[in-house]
Amino acid sequence: MAAQRPGLRTLATFVAELRAIGLPISVSENVDATAAVAAMPLVDRAALKSALAATLVKNSDHYGAFELVFDIFFAGRQPSGDPATDPGGVLTASPGAAGNGAGREGVVAMLDDAELLELLFRAVAAGDRVLIQAVVAEAVSRYAGLEPGRAVAGMYYLYRTLRQLDLDALLERLLRSAEAADLSEMDRRLARDDYARRVDDVRTEVEAEIRRRLVADRGAEAVAGTLRRPLPEDVDFLNASQQQLAAIRQTVQLLGRKMAARLARKRRHNRRRALDFRRTIRLSLGNGGVPVDLAFRKPHPAKPEIMLVADISSSVAAFASFTLQLAYAIRSEFSRVRSFVFVDGIEEVTGIFESAPDMAAIAQHINKGTGAVRLDGHSDYGMVLESFWDQWGAQIRKRTSVIILGDGRNNYHTSRSRVLKSIRQRARHLYWLNPEPRNSWDTGDSIVSEYGQHCDKMVECRNLRQLRDFVEGLD
Amino acid sequence: MTELLGSPELVAQGLRTVGYLPNERIASVVYLGERLAKPVLVEGPAGTGKTELAKSVAAMSNMRLIRLQCYEGLDEAKALYEWNYKKQLLRIQAEQVSGPGGATAWSQLESDIFSEEFLLARPLLAAIRAPEPVVLLIDEVDRLEVETEALLLEVLSDYQVSIPELGTIASTQTPLVFLTSNNSRELSEALKRRCLYLYIDYPSVEREQEIVRSRVPGIAEHLAAQVSGLVRSLRAMDLKKRPSVSETIDLAHTLFLLGADEITPQLAADTLHVLLKYQSDIEKAAAELTAGGSGGSSPRVGTAGR
Repeated sequence: MAAQRPGLRTLATFVAELRAIGLPISVSENVDATAAVAAMPLVDRAALKSALAATLVKNSDHYGAFELVFDIFFAGRQPSGDPATDPGGVLTASPGAAGNGAGREGVVAMLDDAELLELLFRAVAAGDRVLIQAVVAEAVSRYAGLEPGRAVAGMYYLYRTLRQLDLDALLERLLRSAEAADLSEMDRRLARDDYARRVDDVRTEVEAEIRRRLVADRGAEAVAGTLRRPLPEDVDFLNASQQQLAAIRQTVQLLGRKMAARLARKRRHNRRRALDFRRTIRLSLGNGGVPVDLAFRKPHPAKPEIMLVADISSSVAAFASFTLQLAYAIRSEFSRVRSFVFVDGIEEVTGIFESAPDMAAIAQHINKGTGAVRLDGHSDYGMVLESFWDQWGAQIRKRTSVIILGDGRNNYHTSRSRVLKSIRQRARHLYWLNPEPRNSWDTGDSIVSEYGQHCDKMVECRNLRQLRDFVEGLD
Repeated sequence: MTELLGSPELVAQGLRTVGYLPNERIASVVYLGERLAKPVLVEGPAGTGKTELAKSVAAMSNMRLIRLQCYEGLDEAKALYEWNYKKQLLRIQAEQVSGPGGATAWSQLESDIFSEEFLLARPLLAAIRAPEPVVLLIDEVDRLEVETEALLLEVLSDYQVSIPELGTIASTQTPLVFLTSNNSRELSEALKRRCLYLYIDYPSVEREQEIVRSRVPGIAEHLAAQVSGLVRSLRAMDLKKRPSVSETIDLAHTLFLLGADEITPQLAADTLHVLLKYQSDIEKAAAELTAGGSGGSSPRVGTAGR
């Protein structure tokens, strides 16, 4: 089982790749990683992974990225059919799994396509990992049509293999077998979720197998380069995939809490406190009447308020769903948040946020039609600001922070930026978060800088990192 | 102690004997923490056994557990050390009563009252000064303010405490340090750099099932499997607060005491309040569970490429 320890050079390229993705790895952590690997009494793949993860990855959001790179550099087993190269010259496979798989592959290769599918069905139903691996390996050889030497990320290979394996049909079939089986209602319900997970695992296995082939073909470093994906915090809100959005949503939840905690902290940091005379005297009794410890009154500052004004027009649709998410997250931590949505009209949605059980219900409610769309559904910032000021301007107070989320694309309507000026004069802070890249500001119908001059801060906010920076910079 | 923590396998074995079922990663990181003499920062959702891990390590190796519970406003006097004013005052007064004053006597007195005798050791200092190996648990570090976090750095990297009046107190043994965090805020880079990082997620179905069976002895295998399966399904839903491992165990206990040998959807709906702590979550989950599944949560499989 024990394999060779990875050489210093391999570790160095591995760390370099992680840094290239954006993981913050300091020199001392690099040193720790080497020490940790050396300290493990037995270096199999799992031990190596835990040692490296413990020393190099200090943020759970980054673990997915680490795992991918780790799989590329330290492939668990050889891609079948190509036993020659050892990726990165590092780890050899665990002989148990490889030997087992190889034995079955001979048989698997003789099956025709339908039989292969049948075998996959049985393997998944039985949860036989080794067999699943063998079938997947065979499927990739047959259907993926790998062309050696091409610098691709393998998405096309994945697509071709999965089209043949037809996982949806597989799941369907598994579910039907679960219906047919003599199970209690609850067991059937649980079996469904279980099968969905197992079928997802097959997909992951196909991805991994293709990756192993690519690594065998072109070497770990080259593959890592083509597979490089942004960290969750660097993914652009506007073109994130469904999966990435789910990850972003979770982090936004956390960020909302952090924002609340941050503002709360600032409140409690108020140092101008009055002496609590009674408690001071009481404390001094223990010291023979010498007031060694002074007691102060607890600060009792006013709660800050937030007004969130979010653009939900189609040009920022993806961003809008995220801003609603943010508003929702902040609201659940903070009682004094009022939310508004607008396109060319504006409406307060605080009440909806309060009554709706979750995000989906909120989105549904807003989609059903609100006062946010007044005319044609093209955003009109001037009009919106004007009516915001007319209706709610008087409620902005000295402790209110106003946060506007939008791209500042006004469709050539009048800007009426003086309204922003009045808002800023009344409010404690006026921030503007813009989901567009900075270099397209003020192009076309965007009038960002005209609005920006009246804001305390106009920040680009296209990914979690920027949002986090904004939250950390709050005061 | 080194024998007990001599390899990841031994750690895993030891933890099992005290009723904590680690996965491979947990065992490896605990082993590395001892071996490299580095603190272990444990993060993860609430109720996944972060604090329990430190307690179990202490229990398995018969070490004393020193615990520092963090909260906003924690300061040096409560985390590191404090001078015992009252005792110092008494000492000064005793001096006045018994003997003559004078300049020489005062300097004698001064060095007297700032000696270790008048020092109140708080958890961090206590862990450093302990003659025998100890486990130091710094719970919920994320509740500390960023500024206060710096208090910990000297202890964590050099296992020493500097006291202006006394000098530096270095540890005679290296305490095994665990820090836990619920990730309510980003910890500083400086702190993270000094620690090994361990993320404890919700356990896999198999491990959770094992945990249930070890914590609720006598529970039927089938019931344990159903409990962990049910919890897994619930965690996949979009809930305000997902059920933690401790709540899974509570549910298993409840069902065991009710004498159930199988969960029916009805029974699940009736006992959901053990797992879920928000009314909206309970309603949502109950709706999904009793809908027979065909409605709300049709399982999705990621489709290929695009």
